[in-house]
Amino acid sequence: MKDARILAWVLADPSRAAQLRPHQWTAMLTIAQAERLLGTLAHRLAGLEVPEAAARVLHRARRSAETDRRQALWEAEMARRALAPLGLPVLLLKGTAVLAAGMDAGAGRLVGDLDILVPRDRMEAAEAALLSAGWEWVKADAYDDAYYRNHMHELPPLIHRARDRMIDVHHTILPLTARARPDASALIADAVDLGNGMKVLCPEDMVIHAVLHLLADGDLAGGLRNLWDIDRMLREFAEAEGFWARLLARSRHHKVTRYVSRALRLSHHIFETPVDRYLAWQGRRGDLFYAGRLLARNGWGQETATLLRLAFYVRSHWIRMPPLMLARHLFTKWRKGHQPIR
Amino acid sequence: MMRAFSVQVGPFGFRVGSAWPQPIRALERLYADYPKPADGIPDFTVRLEPVRAVRRFIRPSVAIRGDFMLPDAVPTSLAHGLLAAEMAMNLQVAMGERRFLLLHAASVERDGKVLLMTGESGSGKSTLSALLGEKGWRFMGDEFALIDPETGLAFPFPRPVSLKNAAVAEMLRHVAPERLGPEMVGTPKGDIRHLKPPVEAIRRMSEPGKPALLLFPRYGLPRDIRPVPASEAFVRLTQASTNYTMLGERGFEALTNLVQGIPGRAIDYPDTATALALVDQLWADPA
Repeated sequence: MKDARILAWVLADPSRAAQLRPHQWTAMLTIAQAERLLGTLAHRLAGLEVPEAAARVLHRARRSAETDRRQALWEAEMARRALAPLGLPVLLLKGTAVLAAGMDAGAGRLVGDLDILVPRDRMEAAEAALLSAGWEWVKADAYDDAYYRNHMHELPPLIHRARDRMIDVHHTILPLTARARPDASALIADAVDLGNGMKVLCPEDMVIHAVLHLLADGDLAGGLRNLWDIDRMLREFAEAEGFWARLLARSRHHKVTRYVSRALRLSHHIFETPVDRYLAWQGRRGDLFYAGRLLARNGWGQETATLLRLAFYVRSHWIRMPPLMLARHLFTKWRKGHQPIR
Repeated sequence: MMRAFSVQVGPFGFRVGSAWPQPIRALERLYADYPKPADGIPDFTVRLEPVRAVRRFIRPSVAIRGDFMLPDAVPTSLAHGLLAAEMAMNLQVAMGERRFLLLHAASVERDGKVLLMTGESGSGKSTLSALLGEKGWRFMGDEFALIDPETGLAFPFPRPVSLKNAAVAEMLRHVAPERLGPEMVGTPKGDIRHLKPPVEAIRRMSEPGKPALLLFPRYGLPRDIRPVPASEAFVRLTQASTNYTMLGERGFEALTNLVQGIPGRAIDYPDTATALALVDQLWADPA
């Protein structure tokens, strides 16, 4: 098998693992590790009969994910304590939100940084509170720092000096220079209280954020994991009456319907997600390129389809900033010796 | 991947892929006595790749990649490809293992009891463990000792011993030259040759033993013995473990049980004969 389809195929229906031969197991486990989906796969395969060597690998991944979960939730608690004096509840985003809310997408999921959302007019206060609670600037140069502050949707990353964990403080969910401009105040106004001083986005916004993170902000590297989040969220949220109608309305409100629509089609194509057919056909075509990019990894864990990846890398900049600004940015980065892709 | 090789060492199966045939041929010779991974499914995948596509042919430069990678790992020359493979395999275990507590320590066993030796590079633990392995002890490994938190037992990881500089000549006085791998000159760690462990050590590589003595050897100093209290041993071993923090509470319990259960001794020695005598003396009576 030349791409990551074998992993998607088993994630969608774990009983299929019974048909795998040893070299297919090896490829699937390696790809899952490279796509940061091994813990997820371990959870999906829990309780099923698997070869002993595979069970060992999966056991290790479950342990890893459990440690990660504990650290991620502790980090969220640390941020809560740091921001509580400001009267700011911690609005969790991405992986930590999924874990804190106990969602299906969190089972076995690895979490890197802590991402939180803060109203734009409280950013300075939040920054000061975090700095005094032990977070520090990651060493960055003046250009990067100015770039973050002028054009991005988040502060330059902060890292905690004792715990060595990173926090990203966002004030919205896409760069200010991106084509799409979601309604940040609506995200905050409709957030769901978890009852422990923390909040998460409402279900529709959580899906929309995952979609934008995958399709409107970046080059889709590691995107299979993000698409898996979307699959799990859609399946879980769709159990509530009227979810698809609310998702459509919310997508229109944020003016991001075509991204949501494409994500639904990709999720259906790769993970067999049942999706709302009306909402799924709102966008433009070209899905095969996206699917190809998401699955561009071979059984040795190597990235494949170099040209396609390069195209998505170029696209990631194109959608993130206007042409003149992009030219200036790339020139600055090139002078610093930045290499986009191996 | 152009060429592939797989092997089982202790509890871990490895798969090594390489863009060049040379490192694979070297691995096949060095690991000729080892079995293949059980079920045909390895625990870890390692890749030796050109840093960039053109560097496969022009001044070949081997990048170390795999399931677990260090972002700033320095590439090696193709002549040192075997060393790259060895480092990459160690790295997978160091970063990926979650069942065993990993101690950067050499270990040997006798009568079911295990002697652990830990220390910085250059302390002589590799050479000592290899020599003891030729003198009636069972060689268990010169790189990682694997402590099972559930039972407290030490499991073997008997990789070929990486001998550096003067240790190569020293070892050649005790073993047949066929036991040594190719000479790699001028690596970042000096001149290196690998020693194949005794066949018996490989045959018994899934048999654990009970830790009995913990030594902190230092080479190049006048003969000396100093007791190491459990508290100091604990701190030094947290620094010598690659996955102590990742194991959380299990790691803490495994390590406190270990240091409280066995005596710890720091030994200084000017030459190998003194070290072997010190080991014999402390093994018979740690006091």
